[in-house]
Amino acid sequence: MSTHAVLSQSDIERTLRRIGHEIVEAVPDCADVVLLGIPTRGAILAARLCAVMEEITGGPIPLGSIDVTMFRDDIATGGHRTPAPTTIPAGGIDDKVVILVDDVLFSGRTVRAALDALTALGRPKMVKLAVLVDRGHRELPIRADHVGKNLPSAPGERITVKLVETDGVDEVLVVS
Amino acid sequence: MKHLTQISDLSREQALRLLDVAWEFSAVAERRVPKLPTLRGVTMVNLFFEDSTRTRLSFEAAARRLSADVMTFQVHGSSVSKGESLKDTAQTVEAMGADIIVIRHFASGAAKRLADSGWVTGAVINAGDGIFEHPTQALLDAATLRQRHHQDPLGKDLAGVHLVIVGDIAHSRVARSNVALMATLGAAVTLVGPPELMPRGVEQWPVQVTSDFDEALATKPDAVMMLRVQRERIAPDSFPTPDDYRRRYCLSSARAATLVDHAVVMHPGPMNRGMEIASDVADSSRSVILDQVRNGVSVRMAALYEVWGDRRE
Amino acid sequence: MSEYLIVGARVNGGASGDLAISHGVFVLPEELSRGASTLEAEGLVALPGLVDLHTHVRQPGGEQAETVLTGSQAAALGGFSAIHAMANTTPVADTVTVTNQVWELGRDAGYVDVRPVGAVSKGLLGAELAAISDMASSPAKVRVFSDDGHCVSDSALMRRALELVASLGGVVAQHSQDPALTRGAQMNEGALAGRLGLSGWPGVAEETIIARDVLLAQSVGARLHVCHVSTAGSVEVIAWAKSRGIAVTAEVTPHHLLLSEDMVAAFDPRFKVNPPLRRSEDTLALREAVGQGIIDIVATDHAPHPSESKDCSFEEAAFGMLGLETALPVVLHTLVEPGHISMGDVGRILSSGPAKIGSLRGYEFPLALGSPAHLTLVDPAQAANPVRGSLSSNNPFEGLALPGSVRYTFFGGIQTVENGHLCEPERVSRKKGEI
Repeated sequence: MSTHAVLSQSDIERTLRRIGHEIVEAVPDCADVVLLGIPTRGAILAARLCAVMEEITGGPIPLGSIDVTMFRDDIATGGHRTPAPTTIPAGGIDDKVVILVDDVLFSGRTVRAALDALTALGRPKMVKLAVLVDRGHRELPIRADHVGKNLPSAPGERITVKLVETDGVDEVLVVS
Repeated sequence: MKHLTQISDLSREQALRLLDVAWEFSAVAERRVPKLPTLRGVTMVNLFFEDSTRTRLSFEAAARRLSADVMTFQVHGSSVSKGESLKDTAQTVEAMGADIIVIRHFASGAAKRLADSGWVTGAVINAGDGIFEHPTQALLDAATLRQRHHQDPLGKDLAGVHLVIVGDIAHSRVARSNVALMATLGAAVTLVGPPELMPRGVEQWPVQVTSDFDEALATKPDAVMMLRVQRERIAPDSFPTPDDYRRRYCLSSARAATLVDHAVVMHPGPMNRGMEIASDVADSSRSVILDQVRNGVSVRMAALYEVWGDRRE
Repeated sequence: MSEYLIVGARVNGGASGDLAISHGVFVLPEELSRGASTLEAEGLVALPGLVDLHTHVRQPGGEQAETVLTGSQAAALGGFSAIHAMANTTPVADTVTVTNQVWELGRDAGYVDVRPVGAVSKGLLGAELAAISDMASSPAKVRVFSDDGHCVSDSALMRRALELVASLGGVVAQHSQDPALTRGAQMNEGALAGRLGLSGWPGVAEETIIARDVLLAQSVGARLHVCHVSTAGSVEVIAWAKSRGIAVTAEVTPHHLLLSEDMVAAFDPRFKVNPPLRRSEDTLALREAVGQGIIDIVATDHAPHPSESKDCSFEEAAFGMLGLETALPVVLHTLVEPGHISMGDVGRILSSGPAKIGSLRGYEFPLALGSPAHLTLVDPAQAANPVRGSLSSNNPFEGLALPGSVRYTFFGGIQTVENGHLCEPERVSRKKGEI
């Protein structure tokens, strides 16, 4: 088993900064943006993105989290998990541009579950997806609007994202 | 946990996890679409040998919020005029597709008996059996206390909370389940009631016991839970008489006024207004009785989710 | 075919020896003819055929649960050569019609001596005396009278019964349970019942009846037998009575020697019985009481029930446990192994003792020359056989590792169990004339 780092702390910081600029440029009116991170690490990244975007725009960006545990398609067969918090900012998501944020985009099933969860919460004007890493191998017709790094990977490999808030260090590793 | 028939089925970790899951589920009620697809395709059956509209509706609401299918099988008959047997009805509802059986029965221990019997493969949740236990009631009581005691209740237990339970303890499954759960979660419990209505061996329970309600109130509890008293047990020709009982054990306005500011008043319902609780106390801002009902749905959602998850693993 | 040589058995658990059976009695080995069958019994303990003073055979009226035939078969498998069939049948055995019927069915079956027990009161209702004299003078010669299942709670009726039965040379066997103190009772009264929410059966409800009955028996000079003693308190009352010379005898069931009320905590109706399982302190006191002779015998209170009577909630379930096939293993495990009695005492508490109380002849000189050949051979080193003779399956000892496999049983020289298996009814039945 070999492990090698593909993104360092400074890489991650730079990447988030770039994504933040991309989102701001792509969205017609930043007043409509709501950032919703998918726990655990997606929510952390969303918080960081929020700080970056607030610096760029000079104004507040609503931030929340959206837990997908109850919407997963593998509840019947997979292990059963405790749900994480879902917090929707005060302005809600109706008519907003929701940016879903996650750490790794892989099969696409987590994002599908997040889209389902969103339908129970309201009707956004638009939903976009920002991910730190896209490792390919999609099983559903889902694509990210903003990608930090494309990491083509073999199916047997594992992409591990570590963040200071949960793991004490910022880095992205490929474990094969 | 595979079944939930009595509070001792739950370790402290499991109890806290259940309450945490219930807390997340309680947010669902506020949403545009107050539903989760989690138990889609799962069938829950209310197997009720005793009438109970509130518990039945609460479980139904919980199941529907999780997109489960619900059936109710009301067995007619009683402990005196025996209806269809427990074994036959349980196997019948399972043959009709029941994955989770929620059972309410007049005999103590019927839920555990069903869970251990091997007659059904589904999960069993006790919705009240005889005078033994009513675990989801205790859990919703704990959820209610937890919310009041902690700003952010996630992961927190009830250490430091003092609960007083008043009434016919000997014949109360709500009391038995609450005593067990409060001990697991670190809360202190005082039982109040006439000695004739205290269970044998209560000295060995992890509680304080007194027949003097005012003495218990003087210890400044954080919560007072009033239990409904059955008319048969305090009939005019029995001891205590209804007037005796009211005088000694009713949570009157006067008694409620001695409670500390943050103290809450609880009742599992249905209430005998004017008997164990004064009407205005039941309607006061101290009363968390409706919170209990709300928490009942999310706690039962959590119970369904947890037994279903265990079955799937 | 009716002659057997049993070689190398440990007689009453003592020295190894040979036993010989011919024409229904024990004889000297030399007296056997050449055609005698030889049974290798090395390692087996030879005990006199066991006698159960307290058996519930559900015929007439409850044949779904047990018949005289299946009850006799279960008894034989347990090493018994005689049982006493209790009177709480449907109809109740309160007249010679029923006791004769049970007696005939027992003779037809042929596996054990089925001694019918007569009711004390008509219909077991505790109001009027049953046809006691008639039953005593019938061919079945009923000598044990009991309303078991119910207590003869009316003192006047109990006193009259004691007097009448004594005059006929019999004994009243009382199920001691004050009904006023045990209405709706489900399990032993105590902290466990309080926790489980089950109605309690207080020990004092048994003890007060025994106390009353021993004094009544003394006042009329009658014998009294106390059924299924279950508490340490009852033991004390009986000890006191014996010390005063009162003619009282007492029995304990195997389940009260081994099981305690903790078994009820899971609400399994297999452990629901009357009188209920008590505390571990009580089981200990009962074992010691047998050792000290305060309790005279072990009797099974074998109580078969159809599955629907136990496949329900605890409160709805019937009271009662099987016991014929597990009695000897439980006695070995709870009394012999811990040293309360020796193997040599087993015959007294399970055979000659009960026979004496029931006035059953033929057991006074166990395994002796000229005595009827009632015999059982058990292998104490092997685990007990699975329970399979009874029609019912409410066995509380299921899954417990108990010692003692019954290999052979003889009833009056007729082999009823061979190599741990029941002999076919045709071989055993006496219907087809003399052996």
